[in-house]
Amino acid sequence: MTLTFRALLSACAVGALCSAAVAETTITVATVNNGDMVRMQGLMDDFYAKNPDIKVEWVTLEENVLRQNVTNDIATGGGQYDVVTIGTYEVPIWGKQGWLESLNDLPADYDIDDLLPPIRAGLTVDGNLLASPFYGESSFVNYRKDLAEKAGITIPDVPTWDDIKKAAAAMTDTEAGIYGICLRGKAGWGENMAILTTMANSYGARWFDENWKPQFDQPEWKAVMTDYVELLTKYGPPGASNNGYNENLTLSLQGKCAMRMDATVSASSLTDPKQSEFADKVGFALAPDMGLGKRANWLWAWSLAIPSSSDAKDASKAFINWATNKDYLALVASKEGWAAAPPGTRTSLYANPEYSALPFAKLTIDSINAADPTNPTVKPVPYVGVQFVAIPEFAGLATSVGEIFSAALAGQKTVDEALAEAQALSVEEMTAAGYIK
Amino acid sequence: MARAVTPRRKLFFTVAAWSIALLIFFPVLWTILTSFKTEVSAVASPPELLGADWTLENYSDVWARSDYPRFFLNSVIISIGSTLLGLAIAIPAAWSMAFVPGKKTKDLLMWMLSTKMMPSAAVLIPMYLIFQRTGLFDTRIGLVLALMLMNLPVIVWMLYTYFKEIPAEILEAARMDGASLLNEVLYVLTPMAIPGIASTMLLNIILAWNEAFWTITLTTVNAAPLSAFIASFSAPQGLFYAKLSAASTMAIAPILIMGWFGQKQLVRGLTFGAVK
Repeated sequence: MTLTFRALLSACAVGALCSAAVAETTITVATVNNGDMVRMQGLMDDFYAKNPDIKVEWVTLEENVLRQNVTNDIATGGGQYDVVTIGTYEVPIWGKQGWLESLNDLPADYDIDDLLPPIRAGLTVDGNLLASPFYGESSFVNYRKDLAEKAGITIPDVPTWDDIKKAAAAMTDTEAGIYGICLRGKAGWGENMAILTTMANSYGARWFDENWKPQFDQPEWKAVMTDYVELLTKYGPPGASNNGYNENLTLSLQGKCAMRMDATVSASSLTDPKQSEFADKVGFALAPDMGLGKRANWLWAWSLAIPSSSDAKDASKAFINWATNKDYLALVASKEGWAAAPPGTRTSLYANPEYSALPFAKLTIDSINAADPTNPTVKPVPYVGVQFVAIPEFAGLATSVGEIFSAALAGQKTVDEALAEAQALSVEEMTAAGYIK
Repeated sequence: MARAVTPRRKLFFTVAAWSIALLIFFPVLWTILTSFKTEVSAVASPPELLGADWTLENYSDVWARSDYPRFFLNSVIISIGSTLLGLAIAIPAAWSMAFVPGKKTKDLLMWMLSTKMMPSAAVLIPMYLIFQRTGLFDTRIGLVLALMLMNLPVIVWMLYTYFKEIPAEILEAARMDGASLLNEVLYVLTPMAIPGIASTMLLNIILAWNEAFWTITLTTVNAAPLSAFIASFSAPQGLFYAKLSAASTMAIAPILIMGWFGQKQLVRGLTFGAVK
């Protein structure tokens, strides 16, 4: 009897020790589907080797579905997600709600001061870093050097909108299927409104004045819309109002867009001979300006954050430290080369001679540094955000305004009609939301 | 007097039927074809068909990146579970409505149907909170309940229509022979309504299999079915079309094959009672 009791006791003790030894924390990471995130999932062996006691479950969703699910979860304190992938739009809004955990206490090897200042500023609320950037991007101009040469023009590295207009006119050859300029025309706050809002910033326009009064009735917006519609109508591809990021990228890869202004992150595709036969003919330039001190380039970062409802904050911080550390960039480079390293987050990446030798590296960092989310416009504004306004109402409002402007591009209404409609809609929405008293 | 079917008319209707069928099937066909193209070939403009670069790489990538068997198993359990539970509730309900209708039966049927007209998003937050508070979030049983409740009006309505076609005298005869209510439903009514029940079952499995709003909203990891599997390959900028198509093909293939084999039963059930 005693022997049996002892044996049982020993078994219990061994069992308890074993279970303690293998006790692991499981964290659920909600992420979007893009090349860099997919690559990270393929490199998880490195994370598990360094953190054997943490298991990661992935929930990959389309951007808008992810935003909705994560918002539901955080707003109701559900705690389903331990790490969420969010953009620079959400961070200030969610941060003010107290939904995100501060990352100021990440280990010293995270090197918080190495983060690119504009990106860090966009992810910081009240002195707290609330999300760690996984990759960052701005927008710039890409063009076919051979077509520019053939047309006898030079596109400066730091162009003005006049340079862009002249270049678009000179390179357009519709009979040969070459379109002078491709810009997003598809309606959406992240589609045509991203381009139009940054264009507006460079023209001295703004979404709202200091009292949240919409500004579409101002002459600056009229100039923006007139030039945008004229550029795409005269020199853009047919059906430009249906073209978003992907359509214009495809046209550029096929060499049909002589020039395009869009995300810096597409540079690696444009210069990849496997994807484009014009890879060695691509030139880059900063987004244009009007000489008013602001360029038409945006700032975006997909970042990792911890919802305050997570019950595995320490394990989540360990994961974020691994995924957004300098060592991770070196890990990607060792497997797939420096061109594959997630861009736009760290100063040290651009100091690396191998990375800075890439054809798009310098202009990417210059573009990011030219964007200031806390001071995005020529005239003062009450909001932060470069190609967006960081208020919860913006996504819905900008998508509705985007539909109006896309209709103007399609010729279904005049520029004046579109601006009047956008103004009326914005005043109504902002009044209903309580911004206009 | 029926009009004679001339060979010319027959040819016309055959061509028309095939054209319409092809038109309806074309998006599925295009998805399947795209799943075998490279990413570059998938987004080529104008679209490539004969000159496309064909590959099986998308399938191997999708398989390597996701735990397909887990998503598949969840889909099977959720769709079959919600269907069986729905039938268990709907058969007695439809029996009572068809054979012992009350004054408000018609109103009740209309009310049940009207719940299907409500947009799902309207009850998103209450449903979300209920599932979280009751521990049903991200569980198979939670989704079985949600989908059963969602499809119950359709099941009741379909069964009610089939049951109405069965002469009440047969059930009455069974009762006179001493059959209990349970025996009457189980051994007389159910065997006679097998085609109707089978088609209801098939249709409900298809509806549950394809449901995407609640299955994506109310799950994260453990209970996520194939709808979430497809969503994980979707990107707003349209990146990875070929892989998304491969994931879609893998998700729809089982239900497509099931529908193919069950189409005779499905058509028979759906047209049951259409012509008297």
